[in-house]
Amino acid sequence: MADWEVVIGLEIHAQLATRSKIFSGASTAYGAPPNTQASLVDLAYPGVLPVLNAEAVRMAVKFGLAIGATIAPRSIFARKNYFYPDLPKGYQISQYEHPVVSRGSLAVMLDDGTVKTIGVTRAHLEEDAGKSLHEGLANASGIDLNRAGTPLLEIVSEPDMRSAKEAVAYMKKIHTLVRYLEICDGNMQEGSFRCDANVSVRPRGQEKFGTRAEIKNLNSFRFVEKAIQYEVARQTELIESGGKVVQETRLYDSDKDETRSMRSKEEANDYRYFPDPDLLPVEIDDGFIATVRQTLPELPDEKAARFARDLGLSVYDAGVLSASREMGAYFEAVVAGLGTAHAKLAANWVMGELSSALNRDNVEISASRVSPAALTGLLARIVDATISGKIAKDVFEVMWSEGKAADAIIEAQGLEQITDSGAIEGVIDAVIAANPKQLADYRAGKDKLFGFFVGQVMKATGGKANPARLNDLLKVKLGS
Amino acid sequence: MLHNLSIGELAAHLGGRQISSVEITRHFLARIERLNSALNAIITLTAADALAAAAAADHRLAAGERGPLLGIPLIHKDIFCTDGVRTSCGSRMLDNFIAPYDATVVARLKAAGAVMLGKANMDEFAMGSSNETSYYGPVKNPWDTAKVPGGSSGGSAAAMAARLAPYTTGTDTGGSIRQPAALTGVTGVKPTYGRVSRYGMVAFASSLDQAGVFARTAADAATVLRVMAGFDPLDSTSVDAPVPDYAALLSAPLKGLKIGLLREFFDGLESRNATLIHDALKIYTSLGASTVEVSLPHLPLSVPTYYVVAPAECSSNLSRFDGVRFGYRCDQPKDLADMYKRSRGEGFGPEVKRRIMTGTYVLSAGYFDAYYLKAQKVRRLITDDFRSAFQHVDLLIGPTTPTPAFDIGAKIDDPVTMYLNDIYTIGANLAGLPGLSLPCGFVDGLPMGLQLIGPHFSEGKLLNAAHQFQLVTDWHKHAPRGYE
Repeated sequence: MADWEVVIGLEIHAQLATRSKIFSGASTAYGAPPNTQASLVDLAYPGVLPVLNAEAVRMAVKFGLAIGATIAPRSIFARKNYFYPDLPKGYQISQYEHPVVSRGSLAVMLDDGTVKTIGVTRAHLEEDAGKSLHEGLANASGIDLNRAGTPLLEIVSEPDMRSAKEAVAYMKKIHTLVRYLEICDGNMQEGSFRCDANVSVRPRGQEKFGTRAEIKNLNSFRFVEKAIQYEVARQTELIESGGKVVQETRLYDSDKDETRSMRSKEEANDYRYFPDPDLLPVEIDDGFIATVRQTLPELPDEKAARFARDLGLSVYDAGVLSASREMGAYFEAVVAGLGTAHAKLAANWVMGELSSALNRDNVEISASRVSPAALTGLLARIVDATISGKIAKDVFEVMWSEGKAADAIIEAQGLEQITDSGAIEGVIDAVIAANPKQLADYRAGKDKLFGFFVGQVMKATGGKANPARLNDLLKVKLGS
Repeated sequence: MLHNLSIGELAAHLGGRQISSVEITRHFLARIERLNSALNAIITLTAADALAAAAAADHRLAAGERGPLLGIPLIHKDIFCTDGVRTSCGSRMLDNFIAPYDATVVARLKAAGAVMLGKANMDEFAMGSSNETSYYGPVKNPWDTAKVPGGSSGGSAAAMAARLAPYTTGTDTGGSIRQPAALTGVTGVKPTYGRVSRYGMVAFASSLDQAGVFARTAADAATVLRVMAGFDPLDSTSVDAPVPDYAALLSAPLKGLKIGLLREFFDGLESRNATLIHDALKIYTSLGASTVEVSLPHLPLSVPTYYVVAPAECSSNLSRFDGVRFGYRCDQPKDLADMYKRSRGEGFGPEVKRRIMTGTYVLSAGYFDAYYLKAQKVRRLITDDFRSAFQHVDLLIGPTTPTPAFDIGAKIDDPVTMYLNDIYTIGANLAGLPGLSLPCGFVDGLPMGLQLIGPHFSEGKLLNAAHQFQLVTDWHKHAPRGYE
């Protein structure tokens, strides 16, 4: 059988976090009762006209600058014509030949640690459609136009990805970026961030792309991965059994974990794009671009590089800690309190105990029950050897569940480490005396039993013996 | 008689408290009651609202307020959305549509104290040159009720000619103000594209549509236009430039005015019509203007260019009439496709369907470049032709229409002949230029119009030139028999 190469391109729809819609003054807030956030413009009443929301343009430019793209000095809104009940005008206002952002790129780190650059062909502004509701209505469908006119940035990649995992890594990177830029809330359950995947396969070494299928409306990273995997398997099996892939639009059914044909190329709409005569071309000058550039935050890659360079973190750790603006800020607050010499300790705790507690209880880091200052207070006790790292984990759990400060818990529970050599020696002597057989075996060469003695001493001290001190003393005692 | 007074005279009487707005309003409502059935110019009468608005205007007048339009009645073309009043656009599709808001034009005039008497008949969705495509039946020309009044603002023009209101509003996409103004012997102004807001005007062809006014005289039109015009944040294509006091520009002498005669407009022009135009030119010469012949080589391509661009835009603009949210919905739709097909099939008339199909075709994959794109290129060439001409002349003069009003039914089954009616007016729309038609004589007892076209935002100059002409002629004072 041939060795198949997978080719994937993504079209990501990021809902822009403007307060009002892209062409009307209606609110974009999610979850209101149906049709309460649809103005006459959104309802496409006779005679109404669109007026462009400048904030949406500013956000698109911000994104373009963050991916090193070209910002068009003149971009044009076009009408994409088709009939659908949730598309009130009978056309969607989008950008076609002249998008506001073109030719950018993004560096994505893959699982094996290598970095791959994915091209971004274009990013254009458009309006979202409404929603059709089919539940609870006999012999009829309902239309909710609250979402109609919500601004979207459609981010179209080059067909640069070669596996489902690469596609997910790229999508996650875009997800991180739009939240860094504060242009999209990234909420995938509410549909604020979703994508279509173009998938094809070709024999490895062949230059020409295979025929692609487009999988619509994937609204989780897991679905993207699974849908692409299913589609790749479907296409390779089809070709290997003598069939041909047809160009078509497919839907992913997450319950059955499969993709299904929606419409073929022959059934595709002729959208009859033409420039929207109701809207002037969007003119963007260098002054505007410079103003937007000044609002760019430190971007994830820059932050990661700084963490690695200035704090001596591994590339992996630096990547994880810069994955969201909030996580980066939390980590930096802890480092600021603890001192940069202890950045690695801070990194381990933020990525370890803190992240697992957040995940377990499904809490955002910005709403963490243990604040950066509180975590700093705990880690400071490890640094000054008041408690061991192991005890600290127990203290952290109490901090998390009861919201108390580390020092108060350490004091109340008497968890302070035993660092006094005399006290530790006394326990060691007692342990050795109680385990003559193990002592003999150890001295006969069974080095592994060292750990047994450490464990016994720790057990006897309730885990409070200073581990370094214990090690030193135990070596001496066992050797003599 | 009240109905022969100009807007300025009515305002002076109202200001002097010699007459009330309610009295003026009652007078025009009575005329409409008596005369409209023979004309079918007005399809919605808002008598009660009009009297209430007139009483409110009288209140403002009594309080000492004065305004050029305060308390003076008008009729709106039924293309403008009017809050709480049916806005049909001459179509079965919107026969049941009560607009929930006022168009900007309506709101501005309302704020100035204008009193709406009712709404005027029109070609369906402003598509037509004879007012025969209206769902409400054809409008008849007051000069001869066997003749069309022109279109698409035929109801507004006929109402003006029959003195059913002191002024009326219209819209002009390819000549829909100037052509009916010419055929009914009134003054009609189509301003520069972007001069008047399109918000609330049911869209036909968005890049060409422009609201304007019908009046007895250029001076009246100047008064109304000043209130209608101006930037509107709700219309991105409206232009943010100050509106001149057009009335103050009317009296400027024409000495030194350079008038261009469009060679393309005179080629093949019927001789009696040409004589009227040449007589008008003599008057301008006597007023101190000079004339020079100019050529716009691409102008003969106006009609085919227009009949690609306008249908393309209309095919998209009219997609919102789908039976889902407002307007006509067919009985008992079987499913979604059936609802779309029958609602649109039953709601639209034949001319609208013809243009939607033409527009859909020219935008289709494989035909877009050959039709839509090429038409846009020609449109640019025509615009450039005008721009070059205006480097040499102040304004262009020619006929508004090739012939006087024709018989109802004569051209309705021959779209191409009908389309050629707009041969002289379409160029200004394609180039976004202001145009004006004013009465310049009669052929076979039917009025003919003289057309003035100027550079962008030269409405003041056009109104000035028309006013000076009207000071020394009386064609605009003629009234059709029975409507004096």
